[in-house]
Amino acid sequence: MSAPFIGIRGLSKSYMRGERALPVLKNINLDIAEGEFLALMGPSGSGKSTLLNLIAGIDRADEGSIDIEGVDITTLGEASLTAWRSDHVGFIFQFYNLIPVLTALENVELPLVLKEMSRKERKERASLLLGLVGLSERVDHYPGQLSGGEQQRVAIARAMVTDPSILVADEPTGDLDRASAEEVLNLMRRVNEEFGKVVIMVTHDPRAAEKAHVIRHLEKGVLNAAPH
Amino acid sequence: MPLLIKMLLKNAFRHGLRTGLTIAGMTIAILAFGILTTVVDAWYAGVEASRANRLITRNAISLTFELPLSYYDKIRQVEGATKVSYGNWFGAFYKEERNFFANFAMEAQSHLDIVTELVLRPEERDAYIKDRRGAIAGRKLAERFGWEIGDLVTLTGTIFPGDWEFVLRGIYKGRDETVDESIFFFHWDYLNESLRETMPERAGQVGFYIIEIARPELAGAVSKRVDSLFKNSLAETLTETERAFAMSFVTMTEAIMTAIQLVSIVVIVIIMAVTANTMAMSVRERLSEFAALKTLGFNRAHLSFLIFGEAMVITSLGAALGIALTFPAAQLFRSELGQFFPVFNIKPATIYMDIAAAVIVASVSAVIPSYRVAAAPITAALRRIA
Repeated sequence: MSAPFIGIRGLSKSYMRGERALPVLKNINLDIAEGEFLALMGPSGSGKSTLLNLIAGIDRADEGSIDIEGVDITTLGEASLTAWRSDHVGFIFQFYNLIPVLTALENVELPLVLKEMSRKERKERASLLLGLVGLSERVDHYPGQLSGGEQQRVAIARAMVTDPSILVADEPTGDLDRASAEEVLNLMRRVNEEFGKVVIMVTHDPRAAEKAHVIRHLEKGVLNAAPH
Repeated sequence: MPLLIKMLLKNAFRHGLRTGLTIAGMTIAILAFGILTTVVDAWYAGVEASRANRLITRNAISLTFELPLSYYDKIRQVEGATKVSYGNWFGAFYKEERNFFANFAMEAQSHLDIVTELVLRPEERDAYIKDRRGAIAGRKLAERFGWEIGDLVTLTGTIFPGDWEFVLRGIYKGRDETVDESIFFFHWDYLNESLRETMPERAGQVGFYIIEIARPELAGAVSKRVDSLFKNSLAETLTETERAFAMSFVTMTEAIMTAIQLVSIVVIVIIMAVTANTMAMSVRERLSEFAALKTLGFNRAHLSFLIFGEAMVITSLGAALGIALTFPAAQLFRSELGQFFPVFNIKPATIYMDIAAAVIVASVSAVIPSYRVAAAPITAALRRIA
C-alpha cells in the first residue's frame, strides 16, 4: 500500500485562554489520498478550521506530524514553511482576501512575483487562469467592482496560479448567494478533477460538502468517520 | 511598474484625507526645519565667513575700549604679520533708527588689500581710495536703500554723534555667498579728522586692528607676539583669530540658537509621531491583507518593504513639498528680515538634512507596524475584518 498524499498522525492543538489550555484538536489521524476532494464539517468551534490551517502550514501544532508528499511540515522553520506554502498550497478564503488596490489580473499575478518569472510570463499565466475561471472580460476590474462570486473566482485563480498540489478553502461559499456558491463549488470540483489538485474544504453547508469525494466530521476536536 | 511598488503607492493613498493631512504635516515640518536651520546658519554666517589667515587685535578689557593708532607701526613689525589694517565700529543709522546696519570706519587701502572677499570694480576701488569722504556699500545694502554710485549718503552717528556725509564711490559684491553684502565702509581718516576738531580726546584711537598672517598655523604665535608687545601698557591687547572674534559675538546668543535648533528637532519628532500614527492605523486596518500576503508566501522582508515603502512615499512627498517651499520662504525671510540676517542662504547641507529627516521619519514610523505585521499570527490576522 502506497503512502497517502497527506498523512496526519497524532495531531493535537490547544489554544490558551488566560492560564488555561483549551484543547481544539485531539489526537487527529487522517489520510488524504492524491487527487482527493475532502470536505471537513462540524459545528462551530469543532476545530475544522484549525485542522485546515495546520495542514496549510499557517498554524503550528502542539503535537503530532503532518506528512505532505514526504515532508513533515511540523518540523519546518518559519522561513522554510513560508517557502513551502508558496510552492504547495493555494488558499481560498471565505471573504476572498483579495488586495483591493490591485486589479483582478494583478491579484492573480501577485503570488508569481515571488517566482523567477518574467513580467510577460506572469501576465500570460494570470490571464490564462482568469480565463479558466470565466473572468477574461474582467481582468482590469478591481475587487470592489466585482460581485462576491466573481471575487471568489478570482481568488480561485490566484490560488491556482502557482500550480500548487493542494487547495485549501475555508468556507468558500459562506459569503455567497446560492447561485454564486454553486458556480464556485463547480469550479473547485473542476480544479480537482481536471487538474488533479487535492482540495480540502471546510464548510457548514451540506450542499457544498456534497461536491466532495470524502466528508469528515469534527466534533469537539475529534475526527469522526462519516459515510459518503 | 513592479507590482509591489504599484501596490505600496496605491496603499499610500487609500485613505486620501489621512494621507493628505500627514503629507501636509510633513511639508510644514520640513519647511519649519529648513527655515530654522537656515536661521541658525545665518546667525553663524559671520563665523563661517571668517578667514583662517586673519587675526583681530582689540583692547584686552573690552571692545568698547580703544587702542592707540601708534600700535599700527609696531604690529606691522611683528614677525609673521604680512598686512595690517585698522578701523572703528561707527554704529550710525540712515535717516531713521530702524534703518540700522553695520558700518565701519576703516583704513581703506590696507582694508581692501586684506579683505579680498569684497569684490569692487577697479575704477570704483580707485575712486573710493582717492576720495576721503568716499564710502562703499554692499550690494544688498545699496539695493535696500536704492543707493547708486555717486549718491550722497548721510548717516546719523550714535557713538560719534552728528550727521556724517559720504559719497558712495563703490558697491561691492561678495566673492562667495558667505560674504555679508550689507555693510558700509568709509575712511577712518575722515572720522579721525572730524574727531580732531570736535572731540580731540577721541582722535587717534582705533577700535581694532586686522592682521593678515602668512599662514593660518602661525595664528597662535603671532597673537602672542602682538599681545606681548603691549603687555603692561595702558592699553593691553587681546589678539585672536577672526573666527574666534566672530564667535565671541555669537556665543552671547548661543542659548537662543540652541533653543531654535531644539525646536527644529522637536518639529521633526512631532511629525515622526504623526506619521507613525498614520502608518499604525493604516497597517492595523489592513492586517488581514498582510495575512493573506503571508499565506501567498510573502515573508517578513517583503511586508516590511511594503510598509516602509508606503511610509517613504508619504514622507518623501511631504519633504519634497517642504523643500520646494523653503526657497520662497527663505526669499521672503531675506526681504523682510534682511537687516538682521544679511546672509540668509539655504545650504546644501540643510537640504540633505531634510532628506535624511524624511528617511528617518519613514523608517521609525514603519518599525512598529512592520513588527506587528510580522508577529501577528496568520490565522488571527485573517479573522480581522477591517
